[in-house]
Amino acid sequence: MNANYLELSQVAIDFPTPQGPFTAVTDVNLKIRKGEFVSFIGHSGCGKSTVLNIVAGLHRATRGGVLLEDKEVVEPGPDRAVVFQNHSLLPWLTAHQNVELAVQQVFGRKKSKAEMREWIEHNLALVKMTHARDKRPDELSGGMKQRVGIARALAMQPKVLLMDEPFGALDALTRAHLQESLMEIQADLGNTIIMITHDVDEAVLLSDRIVMMTNGPAATIGAVLEVRLPRPRHRVQLADDPEFNRCRSEVLHFLYERHGSGGEASAAPATASAARRLRVV
Amino acid sequence: MSASAQPVVPTAAAPAVAKSDRAAVPLAVARGILLPVIGIVMFLALWHAVSYAIQTSLGKLPGPLEVWEQSGNLYQEYRAEGAREVEFYRQQVERKAEFLAQNPGEPFVMLPYTGTPTFFDQVLTSIKTVATGFLLGIVIAIPLGIVCGLSAQFYAAINPLVQVLRPVSPLAWLPIVTMTVSAVYITQVPGLPKSFVISAFTVMLCCLWPTLINTTIGVSSVSRDLVNVARVLRLGWFTNVRRIVLPSALPMIFAGMRVSLGIGWMVLIATEMLAQNPGLGKFIWDEFQNGSSQSLARIMVAVVVIGIVGFVLDRLMLMAQRRVGWDKNAVLR
Repeated sequence: MNANYLELSQVAIDFPTPQGPFTAVTDVNLKIRKGEFVSFIGHSGCGKSTVLNIVAGLHRATRGGVLLEDKEVVEPGPDRAVVFQNHSLLPWLTAHQNVELAVQQVFGRKKSKAEMREWIEHNLALVKMTHARDKRPDELSGGMKQRVGIARALAMQPKVLLMDEPFGALDALTRAHLQESLMEIQADLGNTIIMITHDVDEAVLLSDRIVMMTNGPAATIGAVLEVRLPRPRHRVQLADDPEFNRCRSEVLHFLYERHGSGGEASAAPATASAARRLRVV
Repeated sequence: MSASAQPVVPTAAAPAVAKSDRAAVPLAVARGILLPVIGIVMFLALWHAVSYAIQTSLGKLPGPLEVWEQSGNLYQEYRAEGAREVEFYRQQVERKAEFLAQNPGEPFVMLPYTGTPTFFDQVLTSIKTVATGFLLGIVIAIPLGIVCGLSAQFYAAINPLVQVLRPVSPLAWLPIVTMTVSAVYITQVPGLPKSFVISAFTVMLCCLWPTLINTTIGVSSVSRDLVNVARVLRLGWFTNVRRIVLPSALPMIFAGMRVSLGIGWMVLIATEMLAQNPGLGKFIWDEFQNGSSQSLARIMVAVVVIGIVGFVLDRLMLMAQRRVGWDKNAVLR
């Protein structure tokens, strides 16, 4: 197995502010294997999403860079499909059409019309959304929208699937359903996935490795935790599993004892996100 | 146990709902019809009262009754003119038959009827002119707005021009447009008189700005997430515009087009008055110059018609937006 499928080396990003460049993230080094599920966890504003956006190509690293199969990432592309936190479906298209837009763009020349239609249906079936294929996003619940968003990303057959807090806006039950679906899909397809999350249980349940970020400014990787739990994993059984609980408490200790977000520390991430917003708007 | 044997026990909620339902219908009627009617009647009464208090050099200021009478007269004139036209052609056909009987095989030239345009002809001319000017305006404004919204550089280049040209009054444009059209439009195309071209161009120059500005804003404020989707998918320029940018900017573009059409209609009347180009504006100016005791009432008929046409044009734009727009639940007003 290729140990250097996706490689982040010395990644750093500065955002310009009136007070000079603000270093949001620095010295991020990580190698991800093909088929690995890696999640990034950290407090708000620590730059996890920024790292994901650099891998996606939506942001350009100021220093260092990202290699995917030994090729440098310089721009966004469908080989690094993104599932956005707020689904980002086009509101004027149905579920089917939303996936179709991506499929046409990626396979427009390679597949016939019938093959494309079949591929779209296949991906909607993967996320169990066949019944709502002709519904517009405003007719779907939050969880269903996110399912379609995942179908759209999967339909691009990306080398890496990037998920930016994909279940963050959902209620606990819906989130659990989607986590199950995601585990099934990954078991079937062997996708390489990077997921940003706030949720410790989610990170332990889904990941092969958990990357824990220190607080900003100049956030970086604080520790990486291997989750040595056999797959398929079952949420209920894991509740009493000593390894699960060891991982869980290790992440919690990291987040709340070594890098707690109290006092001064919480002020800095706020400026970090403000700086990012300044640049994005 | 049969259901009918069960006593029907009305719950507390059921009659209350039925009662409020029954009350809702007359309430809706009151709000939708009664209140507007009360408003209009009160306005007419006030107008009637005030009209007796003002003496102009053309007699008493016309009240609603005089205006109503004149609208009847204008309709009669339209009917009479129509009858005259029919009669003209009937006589010509007779003359042709006579002529051919005396000179078999000779060509007979039919003359077109050249009567004075009636009020209704003027209304129709104005509507055609404003439609042409408006369409020309949006054909320029929407593509330009899309490019402005997508390219900050292009926007920076033309924004000062737009801001300087936008507030220019139609009356200032008119002499320039008149001279330019006269210089450029030499070979007359049948059915496209010079006066029509001048009016339509003036309308275009004044009404393209709101659509241009709204399209620019609508296009540049496409949600960041959708922009990122387009980037991840590597959509081409045209695909991006067609699939993402235009649908998101559509409500803004339509809002701009409605303002444009309203401005175009106001500008047109002014242009027709000043340039003596056929249309409602010319009708008003001619009546004003005519200065008979009926003139003011006839002008007021024109004012009412201008208002109604403007209102109908705006409703048509709303209908078009409903038709084209993707969000059928959007509340349009």
